Amino acid sequence: MIEARGLTMKVPGFTLDQVSFDVSDGSYTVLMGPTGCGKSSILEAICGLRRIHSGTIKLHGKDITRATPGERGIGYVPQDGALFPTMRLVEQIAFALQLRQWKADDQKNRINELAELLGIGHLLERKPIGLSGGERQRVALGRALAFRPRVLLLDEPLSALDEDTRERMIELLKTIHQREGVTALHVTHSRTEAQKLATHRLTLNDGVIAQTVEGQV
Amino acid sequence: MKTSNRNTKQEAFKVKGDLPFFTVMVAIAASYIALIVAMLVADAGFTSFAEIRKTLADPNIRFSIWLSLISCTISAILSVWVAVPIGYLMSRFRFRGKALIDTILDIPIVLPPLVIGISLLVLFQTSAGRALDRGFHDLMQWLGFYSIRGITYEIPAVILAQFTVAAAFATRTMRVTFDQIDPRPEHVARTLGAGHAKAFSRVALPQSFRGMTAAFTLAWARSLGEFGPILIFAGTTRMKTEVLSTSVYLEFSIGNIEGAVAVSMIMVALAMVVLLLTRLISFGKGAV
Repeated sequence: MIEARGLTMKVPGFTLDQVSFDVSDGSYTVLMGPTGCGKSSILEAICGLRRIHSGTIKLHGKDITRATPGERGIGYVPQDGALFPTMRLVEQIAFALQLRQWKADDQKNRINELAELLGIGHLLERKPIGLSGGERQRVALGRALAFRPRVLLLDEPLSALDEDTRERMIELLKTIHQREGVTALHVTHSRTEAQKLATHRLTLNDGVIAQTVEGQV
Repeated sequence: MKTSNRNTKQEAFKVKGDLPFFTVMVAIAASYIALIVAMLVADAGFTSFAEIRKTLADPNIRFSIWLSLISCTISAILSVWVAVPIGYLMSRFRFRGKALIDTILDIPIVLPPLVIGISLLVLFQTSAGRALDRGFHDLMQWLGFYSIRGITYEIPAVILAQFTVAAAFATRTMRVTFDQIDPRPEHVARTLGAGHAKAFSRVALPQSFRGMTAAFTLAWARSLGEFGPILIFAGTTRMKTEVLSTSVYLEFSIGNIEGAVAVSMIMVALAMVVLLLTRLISFGKGAV
């Protein structure tokens, strides 16, 4: 469960003032709003990459407002993946596991499990150069999910994909949500994505967040 | 009527030929390239293989070549060593006084070289500078380099003079390098549990290899050409602090223009070899 209370931050171009919302455990929450309204900044604040001026963020009841990004244990998939350009894909997925000093066997099992789930087994020895948009996103998902985070933040993960790939990715995200039992917060401006994926919906408009549960609109 | 009028207009419309554009651009470009090539050709015509061989046989010049190679390499390594952290900090972080730091970093580039030499000399005349000089002397004696008796007017002065200027150029190169590297993968690394150090060493640094090679080459070439600060801060003592740029000056000052040109040709050859080598390394390994 993510509880954000009174988040205030200054971002070049706009200010978010006193934004509060909840993301309930196990939900697939979609955060919507027009382009440039601060959706991405909210995600960055939750995973600790953007400093907030005031307010608190709690994760599973624990105050993480001042914690470093690494301490929060949140999986983060930014737009177009932001893969590590010099690393083989298998190394990217193992990155978080190595930092946590997982045993070699456990690392291997987890990587194989994710490779199968995401359908990227044949790509593991490659570097990111030359991957398609869909492949990049799947690797970025694998990298973020590797250490079994309880929360996954997705920043417009499907916006750069073609229609067919997007459909397949939506199915994949549903599967991941169920299989990994992860709480997801997904930023998008696409209604279709929201309709297909959301169990809960947040709408950010003029710095105010409206909260709805699917089917209760 | 209107349509036919438009059609005739479109038919009459012709895109002007590109020939004048390319003639002017190529002519301007060629004039500068011709100047560079003409200088080198004139140098080559002025001297001969016999003269170069004779120069190469001179033990003074041999010492000077070796000192140049060693000092340029050390100062280039030191330059990259400081340029990487400065470039990274300046590129990734915002902090108070950043504009001031940026200006200070440009001082060695805009300052006349002679002024840098004098400033170094004055710095090492202060009590702290003298203490450093003595300390360095003791360190060299302890390490067994008995011929190096301090910094000023010794080999370390040559390297320090080269480094002071070369590092500023290397720093600029690394700053641009990190500016061009997307910071988001480093952000992701931090969400995965890496601290700033791991994000830097495992994600940013491997991407900067090409920039580091470029910074090294630039620093090396600047060091090879350094003259003013060395003249003032290290002196021009044969078999002690003479590097190739000082050799050219020394030969020229005693009227041996053929010798000066021969040394110049040796410098041209060295610079080209280093440029080619580093290009090869960066193309071989830099491809991600």
